[in-house]
Amino acid sequence: MVSQINTHAGYLDTILDRRQHNAHNLLQILIEAQEHYGYIHPDALDYLSEHLQLPRARIEGVAGFYSFLHLRPAGVYRVLFSDNIIDRMAGSLDLMAGMCSQLWVEPGKVSEDGQLCISTTSCTGMCDQGPAMLVNNLAINRLDASRVNAICELIREQVPVTAWPVSFFSIEDNIRRRDILLESHFISGSALNALIQRGTQQTLQEIKTSRLRGRGGAGFSTGAKWELCRAATGDQHYVVCNADEGEPGTFKDRVLLNNFADMVFEGMTLCARIVGAAKGFLYLRGEYRYLLDHLQAVLQHRRQLNLLGEAILGLDDFNFDIEIHLGAGAYICGEESALIESMEGKRGTPRNRPPFPVTNGYLDQPTVVNNVETFAAASLIGLRGGDWYAQIGTDTSSGTKILSVSGDCERPGLYEYPFGVSVCQVLSDCGAQDTQAVQISGPSGMCIAPDEFSRRIAFDDIPTAGAFMVFNRSRDMFEVARNFVHFFAHESCGFCTPCRVGTSLLSNMMDKLSHGHGSPYDFAEIEKLNVLLQSTSHCGLGHSACNPVLDTIARFRPAYEKRLAHKEFVPAFDLDHALSQARQMTGRDDTGAHLERSDV
Amino acid sequence: MSQNNTFTLDGKTVPFTDGQTIIQAAMAAGVYIPHLCFNPEFKPHGSCKLCTVKANGRQTSSCTQHPLPDMRVESDTPEINDERRALLQMLFVEGNHFCPSCEKSGNCQLQATAYELKMMSPHFDQFFPDRPLDASHPEYLLDYNRCILCSLCVRASIDVDGKNVFALSGRGIKSHLIVNAKSGRLADTDFSGDDKAAHVCPVGVILKKRVGFATPIGQRTFDEQPISATPHPTVKGA
Repeated sequence: MVSQINTHAGYLDTILDRRQHNAHNLLQILIEAQEHYGYIHPDALDYLSEHLQLPRARIEGVAGFYSFLHLRPAGVYRVLFSDNIIDRMAGSLDLMAGMCSQLWVEPGKVSEDGQLCISTTSCTGMCDQGPAMLVNNLAINRLDASRVNAICELIREQVPVTAWPVSFFSIEDNIRRRDILLESHFISGSALNALIQRGTQQTLQEIKTSRLRGRGGAGFSTGAKWELCRAATGDQHYVVCNADEGEPGTFKDRVLLNNFADMVFEGMTLCARIVGAAKGFLYLRGEYRYLLDHLQAVLQHRRQLNLLGEAILGLDDFNFDIEIHLGAGAYICGEESALIESMEGKRGTPRNRPPFPVTNGYLDQPTVVNNVETFAAASLIGLRGGDWYAQIGTDTSSGTKILSVSGDCERPGLYEYPFGVSVCQVLSDCGAQDTQAVQISGPSGMCIAPDEFSRRIAFDDIPTAGAFMVFNRSRDMFEVARNFVHFFAHESCGFCTPCRVGTSLLSNMMDKLSHGHGSPYDFAEIEKLNVLLQSTSHCGLGHSACNPVLDTIARFRPAYEKRLAHKEFVPAFDLDHALSQARQMTGRDDTGAHLERSDV
Repeated sequence: MSQNNTFTLDGKTVPFTDGQTIIQAAMAAGVYIPHLCFNPEFKPHGSCKLCTVKANGRQTSSCTQHPLPDMRVESDTPEINDERRALLQMLFVEGNHFCPSCEKSGNCQLQATAYELKMMSPHFDQFFPDRPLDASHPEYLLDYNRCILCSLCVRASIDVDGKNVFALSGRGIKSHLIVNAKSGRLADTDFSGDDKAAHVCPVGVILKKRVGFATPIGQRTFDEQPISATPHPTVKGA
């Protein structure tokens, strides 16, 4: 027993030392511990329990929460197809089925030799270049039959992923329209130097004057948030950049971090000076792990320039550094209080609010949590002033917004516009034709039909975190909604009853309609369930889990009505389908092995 | 400052002191608000959502929401009770609850609350999850089929017993209770029948062995009076 545990000491001690034996770093420790075997070994849990002085069950509970952590062998090659509707429209399901049959594996099950598991995952943030997959957490995009065949061959020959062709892992930025942010040539330290000249109080005033609002979707005033945090008392203040970009169809933060990380980090440092923080974190979604080395290099460069670390730019009382925390496949961690729980090494369950993070955030201390794009915009404002920024955009929504455009259009990618741009302008710029619907701000946002395309992207009309998914008239909007409903069921944290059970019930009901067992009764049930979810759920996930269904029912009712094949209620239970296992076991599929069905 | 603080609950004036939540103040005033994950002895959790009320027109969990002076709280209304009934039905179909054969019948808060709210059927399609039973411990049995994820045993073990026998793992509909042992068996933990955690389960997950049905069905806590008339629904020992 002792010797077994000692075999884990080797790699775990290195990880524990690097993470200061700090239980708050549990998620980071588990992510790194998994790299050794491809899963977290049961003995490793014991070792960590002993050395972090955490109960084993608590560690197991945390590991069990995150999709990318495994407590059992999960395959040497762990292949996850991105399962957003946009990937599906690009053919991901056929590619996955083809790969499974080529390699003789069932989806979601580890192959008998323990080599391989092929499954799906929530949107990986590559909708502009899908279908996409993750292999051992590394992104491979632009999948087609030949690329999948090549991957199958590499797996068959047991070539380590590190030796796969580099071209497989290339990721495009696809920046299609640049405005003040994406066209800026930011010089490291320029916003901080402006801050020193202008003074801290005045810089906060510039942020307020700019009327900058949070770019993560909620649109809270950034100046007000920073001021509240600055005024809050605590032993430490913290600055957190939320790069857990999990909303399906959104990928702007991926491109910002790849090209403008310096500007994002400078925005965080600006914020740190204003609120009095010495420590910052960037919470990077696990799907963007490939950006980690690049981001560490940018941080190191900033330290060399004395823009991070002790006595920044020679000011004795200006100390600030940034650490990167990785996520591990949990959409809910994009919710700021769940993100903080996750940063503290816990299950990503949203907290009861109030209190809000500005007063009681990371380690119960005053904490600013802002989106990647918000910090980048703050750098620009720090450099060029609030008045300059405020005159761009509209009255309620100053500045620009970066949209992640994907789906049925000729030029998917990033489009930066001043707020107030109309939906039809974006559609025309991206080369969308015969458009039936646009899903704005992802499944939790809204779905609009052509008669609303003159509406504008702005907080008082259509607010958005950035996703802009285009569907042409050949698409079935019921299937779009069904995909989103499954997404919410998969990503529900499970804390509250209505969201935990309700999202699964909703998925099952949508599946029932899809399988041809629907009646007007089911339709009414779906509507009732949505009301319940909206009124009783603990957090925004449960509230917005109904949006795709409610929006598509309101705008694309025929897509539902054609599924209501029966006038009277029909049970979801299908006796003939229930016999399929027996048919499989006996190798029969003749008429005698099926029930007579009156409805076919 | 606190002496003049009152709010109205379904029209009735209810006093509250600083720090009290709506449900705590209601309980002190003898008004029942349905609940499952709330237990007056423990910190509120806010997960079951049975105690949902409308406070100044906004829906909120009364176990975590603090009242404000003159707040108008609605609880016992057809609309809110409809929602509570649907939440109960969700809890019933999520697990495997067969009341007639359950040792906890008559002492079960889930069952009693369902009677209270006149739930007549599970309504939704059953999930029939495959949940194993843990009979490894010499004195106690864990029947996970009935777990409603209220986390009272988790909280009792940590906050009162100073142990960590229970924890939650998984996510979403796959969330589940686990015990603190590599084997996953209760017998391999430091669980004891003297633990607070052994006596807080509002349903029938944590059961003492060899005393089943000692109190006949018909003479149990909620057989004698409805849960709304039981001031602190800590049930009689079996």
